[in-house]
Amino acid sequence: MESPIDSRNSPPNKLNSTPKRDNLAFGFPVFLLSESIIFVSFFVTYALLRWKNPTWFPPGVSGLDIPRAAINTVILVASSGVIYFAERALDRHQLIKFRRLWLLTAALGVIFLIGQVLEWRNMPFGLDAGLAGATFYLLTGFHGMHVFTGVVLLLYMYKRSLVPGNYDAGHQGVSAVSLFWHFVDLIWIILFLLLYIW
Amino acid sequence: MTNIFIKSASEPEPTNWKRYFSFSTDHKVIGVQYLVTAFIFFLFGGLFAMIVRAELLTPQLDVVDRSLYNGLFTMHGTIMIFLWIFPANVGLANYLIPLMIGAKETAFPVLNAIAFWLIPVVGILLLFSFFLPSGTAQAGWWSYPPVSIQNPSGHLINGEFLWLLAVTISGISSIMGGVNLVTTIFRMRSPGMTFLRMPVYVWTTFSAQLLQLFCLPALTGAAIMLLFDLSFGTDFFSPFKQGDPVIYQHLFWFYSHPAVYVMALPAFGVFSEVIPAFARKPLFGYKTVAISSLLISVISTLVWVHHMFASATPNWMRILFMATSMLVAVPTGIKVFAWTATIWRGKLHFQTPMLFALGGVAMFLFAGISGVMLASVPFDIHVNNTYFIVGHFHYVVFNTVTMALYAGIYFWFPKITGRMYSEGWGKLHFWLTFIGANLNFFPMHPLGLQGMVRRISSYDPQYTGWNVVASLGAFLLGMSTLPFIANIVSSWLRGRKALNNPWNATGLEWTTSSPPPIENFEEIPIVTSEPYGYGESHRLAADSSSI
Repeated sequence: MESPIDSRNSPPNKLNSTPKRDNLAFGFPVFLLSESIIFVSFFVTYALLRWKNPTWFPPGVSGLDIPRAAINTVILVASSGVIYFAERALDRHQLIKFRRLWLLTAALGVIFLIGQVLEWRNMPFGLDAGLAGATFYLLTGFHGMHVFTGVVLLLYMYKRSLVPGNYDAGHQGVSAVSLFWHFVDLIWIILFLLLYIW
Repeated sequence: MTNIFIKSASEPEPTNWKRYFSFSTDHKVIGVQYLVTAFIFFLFGGLFAMIVRAELLTPQLDVVDRSLYNGLFTMHGTIMIFLWIFPANVGLANYLIPLMIGAKETAFPVLNAIAFWLIPVVGILLLFSFFLPSGTAQAGWWSYPPVSIQNPSGHLINGEFLWLLAVTISGISSIMGGVNLVTTIFRMRSPGMTFLRMPVYVWTTFSAQLLQLFCLPALTGAAIMLLFDLSFGTDFFSPFKQGDPVIYQHLFWFYSHPAVYVMALPAFGVFSEVIPAFARKPLFGYKTVAISSLLISVISTLVWVHHMFASATPNWMRILFMATSMLVAVPTGIKVFAWTATIWRGKLHFQTPMLFALGGVAMFLFAGISGVMLASVPFDIHVNNTYFIVGHFHYVVFNTVTMALYAGIYFWFPKITGRMYSEGWGKLHFWLTFIGANLNFFPMHPLGLQGMVRRISSYDPQYTGWNVVASLGAFLLGMSTLPFIANIVSSWLRGRKALNNPWNATGLEWTTSSPPPIENFEEIPIVTSEPYGYGESHRLAADSSSI
């Protein structure tokens, strides 16, 4: 039996020789798409339940605190812009500028989280207050967990940027964290529209 | 054309048994770890099934009490799906995919290893729940509310809680494994290994893992919400308050229907490797078979409501999903047709892998026919929640998928261990399995048609006859694992040394040594033609000089 392979006249090895971090550039978006399905399942459940239940909020509550959430939204959307400029700075090898903008992103994330903690503390209803409570705390909590994870990843990548020459050969880790941050931001926009505006 | 990759038999034995108990990032070690772990849980799942069948041997309740019975069938289903078929498939894929596409390793070796080590955690959580004061989860493997969100024991840590935790962790593990396999197939192929030169097993694994990635998170989301309902006083799915249990069913089946194909697609892949090798013929219609795998993935995400025809589903939706469900028969029919055409006028060799493959294909034909029957709404409403359903899906998950797993394990056993298994024991294993499985699962069809409801521990005496047959079949099926274990263990220790390509099969995995060296190939192979070049060696040799 002959084998269908032949290495005598090998073309240059394109796939196997690619650096491993390029796998991350492929695998991480795949992971995020997969992760987004969890959010989609929450959004769909929320939409169906809300559509079926005309009386949504517990007695005495007319809606959520939109201005407060809007401020938080602006902060998070702004951080997506900041991280974009941070990554661009790294592309241009402006390491100091990258670090500043990168830390600013993390700071905005922390401010967002503080805003969310304050909002939770001032909520007029709890987790077990019907569907409004259940969906509100589940969705904002699950999203908040992602923001927290994002901040941790941001700080971790910041620490790695302090190692001299670490990002000279490319920065797939930074790109992945940046993509994650945009993802978290996008989820929040959908969440804001669903929970607060609808 | 000389094959430069076949190495001498004096290759040092790279298998030190201790490395199978360590955190290894070698995909071959991880593959074996998955397979062995999954098989151990398979024995637990089988044991629970035999206790269930022992209970059903007589119409009365005489072996276990009702709540233990509920726990046993719940654990049987959960373990077989989440701890046997999924991990065993992933294990085989882990072992084979890099070898089949000519890669040195997988894309994310550490992630891969973590994904494996979550599996024993899932198993321990599930088995541990037998020792809780509340007992195990009792709501069946689908865990429908409102049954699943009742917590009569009042303990926060109860069987259902551990079940939901286990399913969530198993989901995380599957997503990690899926990201790794999909990225490996996309990015680590050797030069010349285009998509339309990949073996069908790679195609089916790829399609199955895409389903894992894009459907499984729906179950994870549903499990999180169910956990909140059970433990934290929310009411997403509680029909007693504002919630809606049918939403849970949608989320659950949005994943769990495609999950059937996550289990079955790799089985189709194994059939597509084994049958050409033992019929000495190229796979009929290779490209169509390969691409039909992706088609199955796509269609199977559009059919989930056929599990809910009886859940107050509106008629327009029933008809829509009846049509899409029947459509799945097209790409699967293409595959069955291709296997049959491959066998047609082939030189058949009936070694153990081929027996399991042929047995599996024949049983899949049966399962496919009862599947089309069930896709039609009026028939489904009639047999809904009866043993007909149980019979149907056991023909899929046992008689097709488990048969394929056995076929795959025997087929690649020489590659994995470097030794040959014993053909006599293998054939005994096949016949015990084949006869046992049919005795076990065929009677469920007439029982269901007569109206015997599933998940009951005692039944009307009119059903006794077929139930006795099914139970005896189940015990035979349980016994069938004994020659398998004896064969695998003794052959691994003392079996005859295997050649690099004992079956004269095509495919890159057969061009390296048995077992393969640490990075799989001495030199990265270059691929110049489609797989399955059986009987085409002269043409190939001529072709390769002109490329």
